[in-house]
Amino acid sequence: MATKTVEPGSGAHFRLGRVPVSGRLRPRLITVCAALAAATFLLVAWSVSIGDFPISFTDAMRAVVGVGDPGTLLIVQELRLPRAVVGVLVGFAFGLSGAIFQTMTRNPLASPDMIGFTQGAGLAVVAGIVFGWTGTVGTQFLGLAGTFVMAFLVYVLAWRRGTTGYRIILVGIGLQWMALSATDYLIARGMQFQAHAALGWLTGNLNGRDWSQALPLAITMAVLVPLALALGRLTRTLQLGDDVAVGLGTRVQFVRLALLVTGVGLVAFGTAAGGPIAFVALAGPQIAQRLAGTAWPPPLAAGLTGALFVTGSDFAAARLFPMELPVGIVTGVLGAPILLWLLIRANRAGSGG
Amino acid sequence: MILIPELQAGGLQLAYDQRVVVDDLDVKVPPGRVTAIVGANACGKSTLLRALARLLAPRKGAVELDGRALHSIPTRELARRLGILPQGPTAPEGLTVLDLVTRGRSPHQTWWRQWSKADEEAVHSALAATGIADLAGRAVDELSGGQRQRAWIAMAVAQGTPVLLLDEPTTYLDLAHQIDVLDLIHDLNRNEGRTIVMVLHDLNQACRYADHVIAMKHGRIVAEGDPADVITAANVEEVFDLRCQVTTDPVSGTPLVIPMGRHHTA
Repeated sequence: MATKTVEPGSGAHFRLGRVPVSGRLRPRLITVCAALAAATFLLVAWSVSIGDFPISFTDAMRAVVGVGDPGTLLIVQELRLPRAVVGVLVGFAFGLSGAIFQTMTRNPLASPDMIGFTQGAGLAVVAGIVFGWTGTVGTQFLGLAGTFVMAFLVYVLAWRRGTTGYRIILVGIGLQWMALSATDYLIARGMQFQAHAALGWLTGNLNGRDWSQALPLAITMAVLVPLALALGRLTRTLQLGDDVAVGLGTRVQFVRLALLVTGVGLVAFGTAAGGPIAFVALAGPQIAQRLAGTAWPPPLAAGLTGALFVTGSDFAAARLFPMELPVGIVTGVLGAPILLWLLIRANRAGSGG
Repeated sequence: MILIPELQAGGLQLAYDQRVVVDDLDVKVPPGRVTAIVGANACGKSTLLRALARLLAPRKGAVELDGRALHSIPTRELARRLGILPQGPTAPEGLTVLDLVTRGRSPHQTWWRQWSKADEEAVHSALAATGIADLAGRAVDELSGGQRQRAWIAMAVAQGTPVLLLDEPTTYLDLAHQIDVLDLIHDLNRNEGRTIVMVLHDLNQACRYADHVIAMKHGRIVAEGDPADVITAANVEEVFDLRCQVTTDPVSGTPLVIPMGRHHTA
């Protein structure tokens, strides 16, 4: 016999009678996730069907699964689909990574794009462009290396002395500005076309993405996303502070290191594929938290919010303006008002931020 | 049924970085009783409690639960036998009381079994025992100080451990709420037979609510035992460098400390 009990304000519980499986259902969270996934899917479908060479929605969907004439197949499978897939994956990786860091540090400001990780990637890539390394090692590798080096520095300088509080934010911001200054210096002394290429990468751009960017990211995420979602359960005690978490039987150091590696991996591969697309890792989890009405950034919903956020921004960047813009310009313009609206609405409702 | 737990420590040296706070300390917690650790600020009483809860690893010596060194017991297994409520814990904004109390069940849960019959019963009885069942749907950060402390104690109660350690459970509460929380702790001990160790500041409350008092100074135990034997004028002066008179609490019949400062003596 399966039983179901309803508790005030927290959703329903379920328990299967025959096997010892039980858990908690949060109907609002499930609805939000389903709606985000559906919206992302529709937007991707739409974005592969419209463009300079319009393809009917049905033909575009058939081409996605490999049916259709060679011209349509080429446009959909080689040009539009990789870009859309990179957008979805990068957005999901950024949103999920942001949720991990915000939960672990109990601070929304401790997002990977606020504590220097993505700026480290930017510095490495710009150095590569200016010094001409990109021909040999590739932008993706530089982006990865830059993020990992920066994450290691933040870990050494701040992390080991406690992950909560302002220390990690201040160290991260300090390192971020060092990376930004060095990046600016390189752009200033680089040649004009190099500076242009560097700036193009730094805004975050999905234009011209192909499967060589999508594939490494997809493979990494196939490993890291399930890991991150599984670790999510362990963060429920971590959110109550280290001492309480230990008291409740959590291996705090191990869980934290696993989360750190997972979160850095997601943001590193995401940045390598799509560039440092602004604001997604910070705002995605916060928007998801307010949509789902939870007290912490829900990991899956944060990833889905990030995916929809980047997909929507890229759609707007490519279609809504007279000239095509890099997606990173649109994410800030589009995301900030949504987040502000949610914050203001929450304050009016009297539930705070 | 709760087994009688044996919590003790021998030859303890506790230190933060280079600073040794407690040195060569032996202690045995009376099972099934309420123990209060008292002493001046920075005497090492919270440090000792943290060591008893494995939050601080001893530099020398060991804490043992039922004859096994704490550090050799897997932390999850230990969390089913020994609970700790640290001082001034904070919950994420918007977290409901029910959510918080449910998290106390973490050491009993697995990936696939997150709301067993036992979980449900433990959470409901913890909410009832702490008198906050009607607050279950409210956000912890919106509660009054006393209610919030009850919610945290409910979390520790739901954990269902035979031993419960509490670090200054009455701090930041007004007098009525202090008594309220101490009465609750008394009930947990008398009704459920839990062994309780708490750090307390107020000597008179320690005398009333504890069966066993441990008085500490400079990382050493100055006196321990029945409150009437430990809380004497001589011991209080030794521990707190404060002259006082000790009389009998007219309500409870336990020792009542009346401090004497430099002023206002008749």
